[in-house]
Amino acid sequence: MSSPTASTEESARDEDVLRVVVRRRPYLWVVYVILVVILVAAGYSAATNQRFGWGVVATYFLSSAILKGLLTTIELTVVSMLLGIVLGVLLAMMAVSRSRVLSRIAQVYVWFFRGTPLLVQLLFWFNLAALYPRLGLGIPGRAPLFSVGANEIISPFVAAILALSLHEAAYMAEIVRSGVIGVDRGQRQAALALGMRPARVMRRIVLPQAMRTIIPPTGNQTISMLKTSSLVSVIALSDLLYTAQSIYGINYQVIPLLVVASIWYLIVVSVLSVGQGFLERRYGRGSG
Amino acid sequence: MSGGRAPAMVRIRGVRKSYGSQEALRGVDLDVHQGEVVCLIGPSGSGKSTLLRCINHLDTIDAGSILVDGELVGYRRRGDTLIELSAAEAARRRAAIGMVFQQFHLFPHMTVLRNIIEAPVGVSRQPVDRATARARELLDRVGLKDKERSYPAELSGGQQQRVAIARALAMGPKLMLFDEPTSALDPELVGEVLSVMRDLARDGMTMLVVTHEMAFARDAASTVVFMDHGEIVESGEPDEVFVAPRHARTRAFLSRVLG
Repeated sequence: MSSPTASTEESARDEDVLRVVVRRRPYLWVVYVILVVILVAAGYSAATNQRFGWGVVATYFLSSAILKGLLTTIELTVVSMLLGIVLGVLLAMMAVSRSRVLSRIAQVYVWFFRGTPLLVQLLFWFNLAALYPRLGLGIPGRAPLFSVGANEIISPFVAAILALSLHEAAYMAEIVRSGVIGVDRGQRQAALALGMRPARVMRRIVLPQAMRTIIPPTGNQTISMLKTSSLVSVIALSDLLYTAQSIYGINYQVIPLLVVASIWYLIVVSVLSVGQGFLERRYGRGSG
Repeated sequence: MSGGRAPAMVRIRGVRKSYGSQEALRGVDLDVHQGEVVCLIGPSGSGKSTLLRCINHLDTIDAGSILVDGELVGYRRRGDTLIELSAAEAARRRAAIGMVFQQFHLFPHMTVLRNIIEAPVGVSRQPVDRATARARELLDRVGLKDKERSYPAELSGGQQQRVAIARALAMGPKLMLFDEPTSALDPELVGEVLSVMRDLARDGMTMLVVTHEMAFARDAASTVVFMDHGEIVESGEPDEVFVAPRHARTRAFLSRVLG
């Protein structure tokens, strides 16, 4: 029985086992050619158009004023993101809490700070002195315990941090909240059944699992914050963009200085993207 | 029952629980004595799992009382009323009651070992090395000595459930609650989990098991309790309930599940 079957398979091998050729997509080459032409044209234009002022770009790229502006931009981004995340987590905890009052308050916060343009909020904080000339603590109708002039506290930097971080907190609250409610309810129950207190359940069991869904959008928010922070140039805070603007206000080299700022933004964003990828892998553990 | 006059490990009296207009428990009385294995059987929606979740206060009760080892779990008594305890106090009392879930609910971001020592270290404040040594003993007991570094997703369902049992045992519970522990498992993996549970019963653990495994109920239970529509219809030794059920509802259920 076995030998005839074997010989049948033997003869079948030559006819039935065929070579496979992957589908050809010749039109892709047309697309490639078009793209290369566009790239070469852009590169040629950038290299030959004197108005890009590459010499000026090189001069200012590492100048101390630009580097100081860059540092301010990074400072603004880091501080605002940290404060935004902390406040955002707090708001998210309020939003998912069993207290209707707390969750309603969190909703109203998010509604308010997402509902008005960041630029408007920035101008508001910067002009706070017009609304409350003196800031203090006390009971209405009696002398305040202490008070200080609003303009002494609300420097452009403080106004910027307040505006950016309070606005960011509204977005982070939504990101954290959706991460937390995305964790299986059974996880919470299992942790409670082991005798963990609710705060510990949140910190050790729920939040670490929520991180996987929280980190990618938080990375996007950080990258977005780096660029959004350039809005502070309207309140004359010397970030990267405002510094570039100040320099071209004097020497009229508008394009080269905008190129300098753009290159720096791109560099920092690239570094942040690498960090984001690292964090995503770290918190993806155990999801295999 | 086997406990004689000793006070019950679990004493349930007149427990009622509704979800909206749906009555899940309609006046349940039940005693579970030290070392007893009580299997709760009955159609789905009969209130078995709800009762289990009320015992360790994962769910609240509307009326009645549940004492575990002489102590109310989620409440304190003042006269004729029960006042719900703070989350911290409820957590402390819950720690002495182990619970195993249908869907295992291992913590996916932690290794097997970390899953087991998380509560002993974080809740009972045991030193890490002592908790780790104890965790290894327990892993050995459930036949998973070589899996301590694995993550839950790398294990089969049966292995995950055995880790979940070890995790519950690590807190040194005086009572173990099992909520359909084999219902989510592939048929060929059911046996390994049941055999761990049989060992546990033999070692004298007090167990309350919601199950559809009639063979297990028959040979491992000291008492079988049949529930239907939120009440206990009848209870007794396995031979009484399985061989000579007194109630028509029990007979109907058994003829359905035993074919």
